[in-house]
Amino acid sequence: METTAQTSSRPARRQRRFRPVLPLLSVLLLLAGCSGESPSALNPQGAGAARVNGLWWLLFWISVAVFAEVMALLAWALVFRRGGARVRHGQPVRFVTVAGAGLPFIILVAVYGVGLRDLAALGAGPGRDALTVEVIGHQWWWEVRYAGRSGATANEIHIPVGERVKVRLRTNDVLHSFWVPQLMPKTDLISGETRETWLEARQAGSYRGQCAEYCGTQHAHMAFLVVAQPRADFDAFLDRLDAPARAPQTDAERRGQQTFVQGTCAACHSIRGTGAQGRVGPDLSNVGSRWSIGAGAVPNDAGHLGGWIANSQTVKPGNAMPPQPVDAARLPDLIAYLRSLE
Amino acid sequence: MTDRGGVVAAATGVEALTTEEPVGRPTGWWGMVMFVATEATLFACLLGSYFYLRFQHGPVWPPDGIDKPKLLIPLVMTGVLVPSSLPVVWAEHGIRRGQRWRLRAGLAATLVMGLSFMALLVIEYREDLTHFTMTTNVYGSLFYVITGFHGLHVSVGLAMIGWLLAASLRGGSFGSHRHERVRNAAIYWHFVDTVWVAILFTIYLSPRL
Amino acid sequence: MSTTTSTPPGIGRDDLARLAEHWDEPRSLRAWFTTVDHKKIGRRYLVTAAFFFVLAGLSALVMRTQLARPESGVLSPQEYNQLFTMHGTAMIFLFATPMLFGFGNFLVPLMIGSRDMAFPRLNAFGYWVFLFAGLFMWASLPFGAAPNNGWFAYAPLNQDQHNPGLHMDVYALGLLFLGISTTSGAINFIVTALKLRAPGMSLNRVPLFVWAIVATAFMVVFALPALNTDNALLFLDRRFDTHFFDPGGGGNVLLWQHLFWIFGHPDVYIIVMPGLGIVSAVLPAFTRRGVVGYPLIVLAIVAISIVSFGVWVHHMFATGLPQLSYSFFSAASTIITIPSGIQIFAWLATMMLGRLVLRTPLLFVIGFIVTFVLGGFTGAMFALTAFDQQVTDSYFVVAHFHYVLLGGALFPILAGIYFWLPKITGRMYHEGLGRWAFWLVFTGMHVTFFPMHLYGLFGMPRRVYTYRSDLGWDVGNLISSIGSYVLALGLLLVLIGVVHAIRRGRPAGPDPWAGDSLEWSAASPPEAYNFPVIPRVHSLHPTWDERTAESTTTGATKDRILSEGKRTLFTSELDARPERAAQMPEPSFKPLVLAGVLLVFFTALLLGAYPVAVAAVLAVAATIAAWLWPPRRPDEEIGIAS
Repeated sequence: METTAQTSSRPARRQRRFRPVLPLLSVLLLLAGCSGESPSALNPQGAGAARVNGLWWLLFWISVAVFAEVMALLAWALVFRRGGARVRHGQPVRFVTVAGAGLPFIILVAVYGVGLRDLAALGAGPGRDALTVEVIGHQWWWEVRYAGRSGATANEIHIPVGERVKVRLRTNDVLHSFWVPQLMPKTDLISGETRETWLEARQAGSYRGQCAEYCGTQHAHMAFLVVAQPRADFDAFLDRLDAPARAPQTDAERRGQQTFVQGTCAACHSIRGTGAQGRVGPDLSNVGSRWSIGAGAVPNDAGHLGGWIANSQTVKPGNAMPPQPVDAARLPDLIAYLRSLE
Repeated sequence: MTDRGGVVAAATGVEALTTEEPVGRPTGWWGMVMFVATEATLFACLLGSYFYLRFQHGPVWPPDGIDKPKLLIPLVMTGVLVPSSLPVVWAEHGIRRGQRWRLRAGLAATLVMGLSFMALLVIEYREDLTHFTMTTNVYGSLFYVITGFHGLHVSVGLAMIGWLLAASLRGGSFGSHRHERVRNAAIYWHFVDTVWVAILFTIYLSPRL
Repeated sequence: MSTTTSTPPGIGRDDLARLAEHWDEPRSLRAWFTTVDHKKIGRRYLVTAAFFFVLAGLSALVMRTQLARPESGVLSPQEYNQLFTMHGTAMIFLFATPMLFGFGNFLVPLMIGSRDMAFPRLNAFGYWVFLFAGLFMWASLPFGAAPNNGWFAYAPLNQDQHNPGLHMDVYALGLLFLGISTTSGAINFIVTALKLRAPGMSLNRVPLFVWAIVATAFMVVFALPALNTDNALLFLDRRFDTHFFDPGGGGNVLLWQHLFWIFGHPDVYIIVMPGLGIVSAVLPAFTRRGVVGYPLIVLAIVAISIVSFGVWVHHMFATGLPQLSYSFFSAASTIITIPSGIQIFAWLATMMLGRLVLRTPLLFVIGFIVTFVLGGFTGAMFALTAFDQQVTDSYFVVAHFHYVLLGGALFPILAGIYFWLPKITGRMYHEGLGRWAFWLVFTGMHVTFFPMHLYGLFGMPRRVYTYRSDLGWDVGNLISSIGSYVLALGLLLVLIGVVHAIRRGRPAGPDPWAGDSLEWSAASPPEAYNFPVIPRVHSLHPTWDERTAESTTTGATKDRILSEGKRTLFTSELDARPERAAQMPEPSFKPLVLAGVLLVFFTALLLGAYPVAVAAVLAVAATIAAWLWPPRRPDEEIGIAS
């Protein structure tokens, strides 16, 4: 994503030292090279993901070692034990028990211990009075609200840098799963129940998240962005959530607002401080500043916005918004108005 | 049994071949036992679902103002169904001795008891349906689906018993050498009985605990 | 050793003639529909499952084509979602298990020295139900009504209000229908292995493949009811407005997941276990020795089939259940890798102490070890809740289970195809073609699925019909798509190899591999009665054992020839001591009729024609009643006290 964090720092020196060792890893490198812009779990930017990243490399190197052992035994058999008469002896039960059960058991117990430690770390959420974000899953977008604030936004979760923020997860319809690979592993959104997780970003930046539980036709387009900001910026963001949306400044914007409020838009969408109070679709009070349209379906620019309004079904087939019978003459005004809502 | 050849010769002789007299457990017995095992697991899943949904639901159970189930009819149903295994046992022991009249009488008795159970179930439903249905809430869904599923099994069991009775009335079907079908149907009937006890506990008694 | 041409010593020509008279089925259309021969039924299972495999594989190719490039428009999201659901559902339910049941059907009676399965007509019935249920599910695809909610079909997306149309009704009813086949097949395997083993085949001489099939069958018996319960409740929710999975009516969506995975995790082993059995069956012929540690492997098989019922929650590690339960299920999921480790090292030891004959089946076994071990590592990783929460439902898990399932089931199946093709068809395959097929399949498999680990870690969720180009997932996806075509090419060569063998292959003879288990002492392809003389088993490797061979030639006795009627021998469950000779049933239309009536029943339910469904139920009852109706015999014969 255009806003995904680009950081050059590697998570740990150890990995870099070992990377060129095996041919296997050259594949990894090849692809890692292409993954610079990925929301990669191996490029953790928060405490939760960093925990799991450490666990992954431990598991990875154990796997490499055991795989090498198995391949060596297999290769030995293939090289030295070819052809010949039937063998009638040899039941190395001790070898099988030790190599197949004993050693794995010791390794697994140790790894299980590390895993439990990390699970406990992931479970250690923020304190009671921590900032709480409420995230509500919809087919196929994310509604975002803040405790004590009246306004809502969509598909963007603003958090203050370096603070552990509580995230309360609910769903309006089917199951979804909340996943920000660079910050925090998944927590499912369960119909009829509430789940909690937390987010903590080490540095300012934008981190892409995406629904990870299949949720219907447009599961592919249900992304969101976690925007970690310095505390001051974040507070300003929160304050804007309580205030009315930016008022139209130009004639075009005013005509656009009129179209919005009096037309079909307001049946589903709301804009704070106007007559548009629909609750079906995302709140559009700050739509002009969002990173994308349609929960990551297309970039947020005038062209895509116009296309979306005219017929979003060609952009994100199956989404809840029907094609809009907006007069071609009025569309530019409507776009201008929506783009002005920052 | 140590004299292999002798046993086999005896078991494959002309006389032996005309019988199903068990030398060891017959395949049909194993088949029925495995079938009952998988059916019992099915009921375990249903009853497990009952308790799971109940404890996930909250403190008030049954919910939405539905009364706790009344016990009179279910206890009468128990009194009819559980003893209905006895005539089957008696009938099976009879046919093992070649007494066809015991088979017929026992099966008929079981058939009557089973049909009475079904009749009582209908009476029970008519009473319950005035208060709640399968679509009222999850309690209603569980109540009717579990008892109905068991009722379905009783019906299948009754079909088996009736089928045995018809075959035995024709004559030439069962005797002291040939009664595997009687035994297998009996196993199924005992299973249907036993499951009822678990259902009685789950559906009727557990909400009162 | 018996052959088709000469009379072995110990059995007379008249005996052979009588056996042929009682067992041979005529080559007619009628015989085709009425057969109860386990070998024909086994072959049909194999061919039908392979057909469904081709359909599911083509679905995957179309999906890989869609995903080769970002934001491509080969498929609409609705089409993609139906295809990925049918791909998974068909691979699991219509390919893997029936294919392995096909091997079991063909081989179990041969391996235990019997002349058929315990319930031959039930066996035929199971096949017809499998065929009809498979067609029932696939037939929905051309109508755009195929299941579209993933193979595990989570609630509440499977509910009517979120998923209208027939999609999930097809899923629920199709799997309930198919479950009848799987359950009856499983019970048949258990009883066959318990009662029909050749005399002398005590439990410690039962081939490992048969152990694996029986353990699988037990898992089916106890796991499948959970899936059936789930689907029955789903159908009631959808059609009759019950509230099991509806939070609005007090239901609970996680109930679906619990029931599904109580079935679903044992199902992983239901698929893999027979595959591991094939490996244990193939190795002795190509390492020229018995598998090391027979008791350890049996113990591992039994342990897996029990422990697999205690790990289901690891599929739900991201649903937010209490941490304590996670700790428990994490431990159980960690431990279950141990029995697999024992088997892997037993096979490695077998190879290191044996003398390897590097033919195509062994190549596939080696491919199996490499692939399955890698899948096992990621499997152990998934046992750790913290790691699972990061990579579950990403492409990493897609990579993981394809390594496990292609490694643990497909490679052994392919090994089994090359290994037993001479037995099944009587013809040898072309070795060069086989090697080419192996290398293409092996390369294609790893090129397709290895990169998935990486772009899974890079944040790509599974089950997305497209992705944007600015996320760094393009290269990996393109490589996977190329790999999938290589894999498909390799599988096409397997098919060509099989057809070539049937058309042009040289006659194989009864025992082309110098195999150790009893199927290699029958003719290739086996006679309708399998064995002219039911052997008396003296060791774990009866075909390598001279005393066992002698028992069918100079040592043949009348009680093991059993040429008077269509008979086989029942023995005791543990020691396989002879109990009695049993009459086996003649061919019958009833299995086909019963399966057909069930097809009417399920179709009527699907289309909401409930009166027709009720009529079908009555027809089912009538067919079963007629099927089992006792023949009329004189009172003296059945034993009536006067």
